[in-house]
Amino acid sequence: MTSLNVPVNNPIELSAPPSLQFESVEFNPFGHRLFGPCSFKLDGPGPTLVMGPNGAGKSLMLRLAHGLLTPTEGAVSWSGASAPRQAMVFQTPILLRRSALANLRHALAVNNVPRKLRTELALEALARFGLSSCADTPARVLSGGEKQRLALARAWSLSPAVLFLDEPTSALDPAAIKAVELAVQEFHKQGTRVVMTTHDLHQARRLAGDVLFLSEGKVQEHTPADMFFRAPVSRQAQAYLNGELVA
Amino acid sequence: MKKTLNLVLAAVTTVGLAFSAHAEDYITLASTTSTENSGLFDSILPKFEDATGIEVRVVAVGTGQAFEIARRGDADSLLVHDTAGEKRFVENGYATERADVMYNDFVLIGPADDPANISAAKTAAEALSAIAEAEAPFASRGDDSGTNRAELRLWESAGVEPGGSWYRELGSGMGPTLNTAAAMDAYVMSDRATWVAFENRQNLKLLFEGDKVLFNQYGSLLLSEEKHPHLKHEMAAKWHNWLISEEGQQAIADFKVDGQQLFFPNAK
Amino acid sequence: MEENAFYVALSLLVNLDASLYQIVVLSLQVSLLAVLIAAFLGFPLGAAVALWQFPGRGGVVVALNALMGLPPVVAGLGVYLLLSRAGPLGELGLLFTPSAMVIAQVILVLPILAALSRQKVEELLGEYREQFVSLGMSRARMMPTLLWDARFALLTVLLAGFGRASAEVGAVMMVGGNIDGVTRVMTTAIVLETSKGALPLALGLGIVLLTLVMVINATAYILSETAKRRMG
Repeated sequence: MTSLNVPVNNPIELSAPPSLQFESVEFNPFGHRLFGPCSFKLDGPGPTLVMGPNGAGKSLMLRLAHGLLTPTEGAVSWSGASAPRQAMVFQTPILLRRSALANLRHALAVNNVPRKLRTELALEALARFGLSSCADTPARVLSGGEKQRLALARAWSLSPAVLFLDEPTSALDPAAIKAVELAVQEFHKQGTRVVMTTHDLHQARRLAGDVLFLSEGKVQEHTPADMFFRAPVSRQAQAYLNGELVA
Repeated sequence: MKKTLNLVLAAVTTVGLAFSAHAEDYITLASTTSTENSGLFDSILPKFEDATGIEVRVVAVGTGQAFEIARRGDADSLLVHDTAGEKRFVENGYATERADVMYNDFVLIGPADDPANISAAKTAAEALSAIAEAEAPFASRGDDSGTNRAELRLWESAGVEPGGSWYRELGSGMGPTLNTAAAMDAYVMSDRATWVAFENRQNLKLLFEGDKVLFNQYGSLLLSEEKHPHLKHEMAAKWHNWLISEEGQQAIADFKVDGQQLFFPNAK
Repeated sequence: MEENAFYVALSLLVNLDASLYQIVVLSLQVSLLAVLIAAFLGFPLGAAVALWQFPGRGGVVVALNALMGLPPVVAGLGVYLLLSRAGPLGELGLLFTPSAMVIAQVILVLPILAALSRQKVEELLGEYREQFVSLGMSRARMMPTLLWDARFALLTVLLAGFGRASAEVGAVMMVGGNIDGVTRVMTTAIVLETSKGALPLALGLGIVLLTLVMVINATAYILSETAKRRMG
């Protein structure tokens, strides 16, 4: 909690972001396998871009990593004694039926930030994401881009060590996409481990430190970004990058 | 949030105040709908309150339910019209004293054209036999009230076992029964007080009255202190004694609807 | 007759004599207080059933839904037997008082508020669940958030409860006794006037009651629509 009192411009964690490990993780509700078995480790600097065709299991992977879903088999583990502070930004931002400011205050409240500090921290986060003028606007009447920035501001206000983003720009216009990408880079610079799914190859090129390529619920390759885009190893990734329709 | 809380507090306080505004001396009287509906209580209760400072709160129900309320100890006093039942109530120890207070009478009501020609009957029994013979629709309370019990005794004395499609047991109070009878042009037996005060007569008319067997005696009961020590016996006794006092009897006699006296005091 | 009744209703409203005023005020006090108490109990109950999985949960849901149809006179009889001197709570001396009427109406309204708020909260939970889990919220912490965010839907639920409370006659008649000036409310007054055959007056009172309920509903509707449009 003390980290929240650190001015947000300062890096929260100067050391390397916590690493994430999947060990033979499988997810098969009702006996129907949707994901895995999968083993990989995210310990590079990132940001990690998760790519793959529709139905490849990208969203499932994020949810398993974040703890929204529990693996049927195997284990998700983090470096360090306990799971690090995490946040997630969804494709469609889930916002409360309250003002933008109240949305942030709520997130801070459930994270046990003392009442006195909440408004200040919330306003700071809003300002950082260019939402100061919308503080009192009901969150649900904001534009799509503003909503996604608010979701990012909410994540920001929690100072997460790990941030998951599930296709955060798929429904946005170019200006809004740019704002989100800048925010992602900002998180990365602050030392947050960023894991993000996208369908947009150009976006992946702009953001990725490494790429985790999934298809059919399995990791087909995990390589540094420049290598992935230059010379993908797996047949599926090659086909995907060539614009073929892969299952 | 604070605003909501204040609103809630304000609401609770007002309600609390309103509810406690009636906390003065009062007794609860279980009585019958006929006395309430006729307006008798509206006329005599203020006089009693002036004389004693005691408010009488009337719960007007059927005679059967009134007995039940008193039996459970939920009323301080009882004023009903079922002499046999009242006497049994005393015998069973629920009441210590019963006194005649007043009477009114039952009358036979029916459609103005009187298809069974009961207006020509000499006795109530004759009138009922005529209705049964003509199989003219008859609306019965069918609710085990004092009126209903009196009606059933009359059929018995007429030697008729009422039944068949013309005899309709409604299972409702005097007022609703009159409403229904008016709607289906049926014969009906009513106490005079309810009938005189009744406004929705449509085609109904008073067709037969005056037979002594139609006499409807009201009695007041002093409830047992032993069975229900928590009741307000002292105030209830004042009410009971006032009813049979000269003052109370006069108040009953003074109550008139359209110039017509409805209850006749006959305390001994 | 109908014209007559409207005329009676109008003159009742215009002249608003002391006894009618008292009846109207008592009706509102009893029903509003009952709905308020039922809301404080029923909304958390509904939300809890929506949030927690426990053995017999299906039974609770079915029971709440079924109890929405509890006949008022049955609720009245139950409360009567409870509050009667011969009953377990007789000592309190609440029978034939407005408090007894409030208790009976709470019993009538509670299942409606609990059952409908469960539905609303469950719908909202479906929408919010991932964000809540992401924020690391416990179920207990989710409850106030859900109840507050469902506030517009819950206002409608509240109105449904108020409608039931203000319209019923069986329960208040039984436990209130329809005592003039003490426990007489709009519905029991209507029953009384009907039994006197004073149908225009009864209908007039009915129109007055309906007008009141409409005003309350309209106010709530306008307030919530305005707020809803603002909140999106």
